Amino acid sequence: MLLRHTPKEIPTERKALTINPAKTCQPIGAMYAALGIHGCLPHSHGSQGCCAYHRSALTRHYKEPISAATSSFTEGASVFGGQANLLQAINNIFTVYEPDVIAVHTTCLSETIGDDLKQIRLKAQNEGKIPEGKYVIGAPTPSYVGSHVTGFSNMVKSMTEFAETTGKKNGKVNIIPGWVEPADMEEIKRMAKLTGVKTILFPDTSGVLNAPLTGEYKMFPDGGTTVAELKSAGDSVGTLALGEWCSADAARELDKKNKVPCNVLDMPFGLKATDRFVDALRKIAGVTVSDELALERGQLVDLISDMHQYFYHKKVALVGDPDQLISMTEFLVSIDMCPVHIITGTPGKKFEKRIREITKDMPFEVNVKAKGDMFLLHQWMKNDPVDLLIGNSYCKYMARDEDVPLVRWGFPILDRQGHQYFPTVGYKGGLRLLEKILEALLDRKDRDDPEEKFELVL
Amino acid sequence: MATMTKKKMVQWDPADVKAELLSKYPPKVARKRAKQIMINEALENETPEITANVRTTPGIITMRGCTYAGCKGVIMGPTRDIVNLVHGPIGCSFYAWLTRRNQTDAGPDGDNFINYCMSTDMQDSDIIFGGEKKLAQAIQEAYDLFHPKSIAVFATCPVGLIGDDIHTVAKNMKEKFGDCNVYAFSCEGYKGVSQSAGHHIANNQVFRHIVGENDEEKPGKFKINLLGEYNIGGDGFEIDRIFNKCGITNIATFSGNSTYDQFASAHTADLNAVMCHRSINYVADMLETKYGIPWIKVNFIGAEATAKSLRKIAEYFGDKELIDTVEAVIAEEMPAVDEVVSDVRIRTDGKTAMMFVGGSRAHHYKELFNEMGMKTISAGYEFGHRDDYEGRQVIPNLKVDADSRNIEELVIEADETRYRPRKTEKEMKALEKAGLQFKHYDGLAPDMDNDTLIIDDLNQYEAEKLVELMKPDIFCAGIKEKYSIQKLGVPMKQLHSYDSGGPYAGFKGAINFYNEIDRLVNSKVWSYMKAPWQKNPQLSAAYIWE
Repeated sequence: MLLRHTPKEIPTERKALTINPAKTCQPIGAMYAALGIHGCLPHSHGSQGCCAYHRSALTRHYKEPISAATSSFTEGASVFGGQANLLQAINNIFTVYEPDVIAVHTTCLSETIGDDLKQIRLKAQNEGKIPEGKYVIGAPTPSYVGSHVTGFSNMVKSMTEFAETTGKKNGKVNIIPGWVEPADMEEIKRMAKLTGVKTILFPDTSGVLNAPLTGEYKMFPDGGTTVAELKSAGDSVGTLALGEWCSADAARELDKKNKVPCNVLDMPFGLKATDRFVDALRKIAGVTVSDELALERGQLVDLISDMHQYFYHKKVALVGDPDQLISMTEFLVSIDMCPVHIITGTPGKKFEKRIREITKDMPFEVNVKAKGDMFLLHQWMKNDPVDLLIGNSYCKYMARDEDVPLVRWGFPILDRQGHQYFPTVGYKGGLRLLEKILEALLDRKDRDDPEEKFELVL
Repeated sequence: MATMTKKKMVQWDPADVKAELLSKYPPKVARKRAKQIMINEALENETPEITANVRTTPGIITMRGCTYAGCKGVIMGPTRDIVNLVHGPIGCSFYAWLTRRNQTDAGPDGDNFINYCMSTDMQDSDIIFGGEKKLAQAIQEAYDLFHPKSIAVFATCPVGLIGDDIHTVAKNMKEKFGDCNVYAFSCEGYKGVSQSAGHHIANNQVFRHIVGENDEEKPGKFKINLLGEYNIGGDGFEIDRIFNKCGITNIATFSGNSTYDQFASAHTADLNAVMCHRSINYVADMLETKYGIPWIKVNFIGAEATAKSLRKIAEYFGDKELIDTVEAVIAEEMPAVDEVVSDVRIRTDGKTAMMFVGGSRAHHYKELFNEMGMKTISAGYEFGHRDDYEGRQVIPNLKVDADSRNIEELVIEADETRYRPRKTEKEMKALEKAGLQFKHYDGLAPDMDNDTLIIDDLNQYEAEKLVELMKPDIFCAGIKEKYSIQKLGVPMKQLHSYDSGGPYAGFKGAINFYNEIDRLVNSKVWSYMKAPWQKNPQLSAAYIWE
C-alpha cells in the first residue's frame, strides 16, 4: 500500500498538522497569472528556492518553459530588507531579458520582513531603472494567507493597475477566466466569438503555455493579453468574472476604480454553468446566441442522455480548487452522479455553503470541507467508498490503494498530458469531461466483470 | 530576448563564446560572471581557478534552488521511516512532495512515509504570534497518528525570521515521547547561496542526532556505507544488487531508501564509499575522525566507473575471495553492457553533450558519455564548490565568505569508546602506495578537454546562447531548463530526476542510459521543426493542378 499509514478511524480533528495538502502557496498562482500577460516576466521577490519550486511545478504541469526571475535573497537581505535585491533585479531583467512587463509577487519571506513593493517600485521608477514604455506591476502574495488560488487572484487584481478610463467605451466585454488551462482560455474566447461578443480576456495563457515546437525559442511567446488590452479594459462595457475565488477581486476592482460593472459567474464547467455564461454574454452584448453554439449545447445534452445509464447514482469523491469544484459538483449532480466527498485546501466558508446548496437533493449525505486535506479525503473514502475519484495527480496514490477509478482534472497534473490542449470548459469541454468519466468507469467495468458478464456492446 | 535564428558557429572559439555570453550583461554582472566561466586548460598538476559557490545575481534566471530544498528535498526526503514535518507555510512542503523520484521499498509491512507530505501550514496568526505551539501540536498529532521511530522538523524562511525555537520544541517532544527521536533542521531557504548549504545542514544533524545510536553489530564480512546516493529512478537499488552479488554489505546508504536504523548503525561499517562528494564529503570526514572509518571516492555512474569503484572497495579490504568475486561479477555483467554500447556507438560516436547539473553529477555522467564516444563540450555545476571543479586539494585555499561562514561546521573528536581505526597506519600507507587514494576526489576540470567551457551556476540566458552557438547534440540539466532547450530543437535530458527513466547507475543503469541517449539524439522528432511549405515557400500559381 502506498499510503499504508492512513487509518480509517478519524478519532479527533487535527488542529495543527496538515497531511497531503489540497492546496499550495500564493506565489505560484501569481506566477501562472503573470504568464498570461504578453511579454511579461514574472518575478519572485524572495529566496531563489521559491522561484525554482514554482517554475518546476508549472513546468511539470504544462510541459513548457516557464521563465521567471528571483530576488535571490541571502541572509543579509532577509535581515536588512530586499530593496537592493529587487532594484538590482529590475535593472538586470530589463537589460538582459527585455520584457515589456515585470510582474513582481512577494513571498512569505519578503512579507514577513515587511518589504514595501509599492515604495520599491517607485524608487526604481525614480532611479530610471524602468525604461520608457516598460512596466513593473506588483502583487502581495504572502504564502501564509489563502492558497495558490488567492495568489492567482491577487496577481490578476494587480493587472487592473493598467486599466485606463478614457471616457470612450470600447464596445468590449472583459472576461476574467480564472485559473484554467491555456486550452480553456482559448475555448472561452472561441465561444465569445461564436456569440458575436468582442472581448478582452485576462490573463490569457493560451499561446504561451501551449506553444509550438518549431526550432525557435521565444522567451516571450506570441500569446498573452497585451498591455494595450489591459489598458483598454478600463473602457469596457462590463466584466464577466468566472469564479468567485479566482476572478471576482479583479472584477470588483475594475468596477471600483474604472466604473466597469461586473458580474461574477461560476466557471463554465458543465452544462448549467456554461448556459449561464453564454446567457450572460448574450444579454450584455444584446445579441442572439449563434446556431453553432446551440448545436454544441444540444450535442452535450445528447451525450448526457446516451451515457446516463452509467452515471446514475454513482458516488464520486472530488478534490481541487473552489471555483472548479463548485461547477464540477453542479455538473455531476446534473447528470445524476452523486459527489459525496468534496475537499478543497483553500479556505472559504462560502465554499461549503455553495456545495451544500448544490447537493441538497441528493440521496446521499455529503462530506464537504474547505481548508481540508487529502489525508482526510482518503479517510472519508475508506469509511464511505466511492465509484470514482476526480482530482490532481496526487490522487493516484489514493486511487490505487482504494482501487477506485481516477479522472485527472485540476492542478497539478504531473503524470498525464493533454490538459494544455483539450479544454474542459464550455459545451465542447463538457463532452471531454464526460468522455473521460465514462472511460474511467467502463475501463474498470471491463477489468472487473467476470467472463460470463463481459460484453462487447456497452 | 530575441528569438534564436542565428546559425551555429562552425568553428567556435571558446574565447568568442565566452565574450558572447557576457556581452549583454550590465558591466557589474559581466565582471562577476566572467570569473565563473572558465576556458579549460588541462595543465599538469593544476587547473585554472574558477569562482564557485557564490551568490546568484538577483534578476538573473538561475537554475539554483534553496537551502531548504537541499536539506529536506535532497538529503532527508529519500529516507523512508522518518516522518518529515515541514514547519512553514504550505508551499515548501507541497513542492518537495514526491517530485524528486526517490524510490523506496519498505516491503509489505515496513514503515514508508515517503508518499506523505506533512506541514504545519503556518497562517498569518502564526507569523505574528509565533508558531512554536502549533509546531509542538503538529509533532504530537504526527506521533499519535503514526507512532514513528523518528520525526524530523524542517524550518522554512519565515521560521528563522520570527525566531521560532524549533530545536527546543523538538527536544521537548523527544523527551516527552521517550520512544521517538525528534530533531530539527535550521534550513531556512535564504541561508547560503544554493542547495549546497542545505546538504551540509542536513548531514550535520543526521550525524549529531542519529549516527551512533545503534551499536549492534550487523552481520557481514565487508561492511561499507554508501554516502551521497539518493536512489533517484532506482539507482540505489541497482548498486545494492551489485553489492549483494559481490558479497559487500551496505550498512547505510546516505540517504536513498534509507532508514533511521541505517543511519544509527553507520558507525559500524568499515569503509565509507563516497558517491556525490559535494553533498556529503564532510560526513565522511566526521565518520573517520570520530569512529576511525576511512573513506574513498567512488562513482557508480558508467559501467567502467562501476567496475573501477568495485575494484577499489575490494582492494581496500584486500581479501582474495572478495577480489575474485568482484572480478567474476564484472566479467559476468560486462558482456551485456558491451553488446549495447557497441550497437549504440554506431549512432552516438562523435556526438557532443553539455551538462549543467549538481555538484558532482556532471562529472559522473561524463563517464557515461565517454563510453558512448560522445564528447562533453561544456559542463558545470549548479551548486558546486571550487574543489568540485579543481579537486579536493584546493580546500585549504578556499576563501570562506559570509555566506559559508553562517553554515555550521561541527567540531568532531574521536569517540572515547568507539573510535577504532579500521586499518593501521602502515596498512593505510601500503594501500596508498598501491594506488588507492583516501580522502580525495578529482575535480571536473582536469577531466575536461582543452578549450572546453566550464561554467558555474549557468543561467537561462547563457544556456540558450551556448546551445545557439555550439549546437550540442544533447543538453543535460533539470526540469526548469528542459523545454526552453527543446524548443530550440535540441534534445534535453534531465539529470536530476532523469525525466521518467532510470536507474542509470551500475551496469544495468549504464545500459538504460545508452539506450535513452540513443533514443533522444536520434529521435525523428527533431527533423519535424519545419513544415514542407516553410522549407519551400514559393508558389507558382493559384488553383492550378500540376
